[in-house]
Amino acid sequence: MAKTSTKLIIAAALLATAGCAKKRPPVLPPEPVGNGPVQSGGETGGPVQTGVVPGSREDFLRSVSSDTVHFGLDIYDIDSEARAILDTQAQWLQRYPNVRVTVEGHCDERGTREYNLALGDRRANAAKNYLAARGIDAARISTISYGKERPAALGSDEGSWAQNRRAVTVTLQ
Amino acid sequence: MRKIIKPIVAIAAMLAAVPAAAQVEVDVVGGISAPMPIAIPPMPTPAGQQTPAGATDALGRQVAEIVTADLRNSGLFRPLGADQLRAVSMDQVTAPDFPYWGSTGAQALVEGFVRANGDGTLTVGCYLYDVFAKTELTRQGFVVSPADWRRGAHKCADTVYTRLTGEGPYFDSRIVYVSETGPKGKRIKRLAIMDQDGANHRFLTNGQSIVLTPRFAPKQQQIVYMSYVGDKPTIYVYDLGSGTQRRLVSSNNLTFAPRVSPDGRWVLFSMAQAGNTDVYRVSIDGGSPHRLTDSAGIDTGGSYSPDGSKIVFESDRSGSQQLYVMNADGSNQQRISFGGGRYATPVWSPRGDLIAFTKMSGSFRIGVMSPSGGGEKILTEAWGDEGPSWSPNGRVLTFFRTGQGSGKADLWSVDLTGVNERQIPTPLDGSDPSWGPLRP
Repeated sequence: MAKTSTKLIIAAALLATAGCAKKRPPVLPPEPVGNGPVQSGGETGGPVQTGVVPGSREDFLRSVSSDTVHFGLDIYDIDSEARAILDTQAQWLQRYPNVRVTVEGHCDERGTREYNLALGDRRANAAKNYLAARGIDAARISTISYGKERPAALGSDEGSWAQNRRAVTVTLQ
Repeated sequence: MRKIIKPIVAIAAMLAAVPAAAQVEVDVVGGISAPMPIAIPPMPTPAGQQTPAGATDALGRQVAEIVTADLRNSGLFRPLGADQLRAVSMDQVTAPDFPYWGSTGAQALVEGFVRANGDGTLTVGCYLYDVFAKTELTRQGFVVSPADWRRGAHKCADTVYTRLTGEGPYFDSRIVYVSETGPKGKRIKRLAIMDQDGANHRFLTNGQSIVLTPRFAPKQQQIVYMSYVGDKPTIYVYDLGSGTQRRLVSSNNLTFAPRVSPDGRWVLFSMAQAGNTDVYRVSIDGGSPHRLTDSAGIDTGGSYSPDGSKIVFESDRSGSQQLYVMNADGSNQQRISFGGGRYATPVWSPRGDLIAFTKMSGSFRIGVMSPSGGGEKILTEAWGDEGPSWSPNGRVLTFFRTGQGSGKADLWSVDLTGVNERQIPTPLDGSDPSWGPLRP
């Protein structure tokens, strides 16, 4: 009985870790004062404490649930998970109307080079269009396609490919 | 040996059209090749002399080695080993010792010489003999600058290859490609150019920006390619003579997949606008692009037929990447690939008889089909073969092969039988090869 409990706890811990690797927790725990140069104001966008400049790239990364949305194989649709992520990006961009962003479109290695440039462009534009539909001025959003040139995960396996089919929002400083 | 009077159209076979008078010919039928035994002894010099390319007697040995390598790499010849070769005097170049060469089993014999001329140039003499008939088949002399001495050897190999196979020459040509190094997630990519055998390699860009898909223009002094310089991925025209380059189109949209028309006047390319990619045409000198496709899908990878009247391209308008042929003005778009799987990167053979492509069904493989979509033949079998480019005679393809996991790529060539597949040596990794035209 005791063994089973331990196993369950480990499984739960692994799941939690897996979650952390993918997404930032909604609210970061407070850090001890003076421990490192950067502190978080949390994603609710309250007054930012020392270190993080409001409207900065760091602020963006700490405020949104992710800078990256993922896509299915040879697909550029924005699914519900991507929508939730882009909603947090749109909220942040509404708060800082002077910040411009570039959306980078990427593909996995299972497409030919030129086709993937076009597919990466589709993905970047899909994310851009979603942000624009959420009220962000499209003129603030540029796109660039990297095709399969800049994979985030380096394996040749389903897990790596899923991570590489992505659109990444990068703030321009 | 069978005598072939007329060329026979057969995709699987690399057939030889040999003049009726010839006693010796290369015969390759049905993909089963029987390489011809051929002797290429070191070439003598009429007078040993130092040149900027080295001593003429040493050059004579090296020229014979290059001719040997070219002919061996074609897969159609079996050059004799060094142990069977015998030194040749200048007198013997025009009066070969046929009994000896006959005893080696060689059916053809290549002799020649290297001579330093008074004006600083070199002459490479090249003689081809039928050993059994004891007759001369052809002779050629090539005058080259010392810097171009290897070209004299390639011209000699082209002379032999053309005379014995009836096919067009291809050894005196270059390949432009993307040299790669660094980790998979951040490859450093540089434009590089070399002879088709890997010699005379040099880099054209410094690797600060990603460069992709260089393609030779037919007049071979210009290269079109794509660069991410300034984080504005677009097409550039690189002039090999001056080392200068310029943007092809002034649009802020993503432009890519450039390919020059056979007459050198036009560039086919792809442009993405708000997520939709179509094929366009623009003068190689720039100006306003003319749109040729307008489907809602991704249309890319255009390549002209040799007469410039048609274009093959790929589109996912049906739901997956497939090959289409249209008239040069964009009319009459017809799908030609129906073999299952996805098809990409079509390139029309300079002979017009075949279209090469990348086929994706699990792995990536190189294949060919007729322009009407028939006779599909897959030539390679690996995890990641992509991006074929034709040799000037339309009988060999170069492509790049990417390793599963590592992401490392290198350059390969394969002939139309699919049997003669070999790696092309490069100093670093390589991708996106484009085989240039035959040099004048």
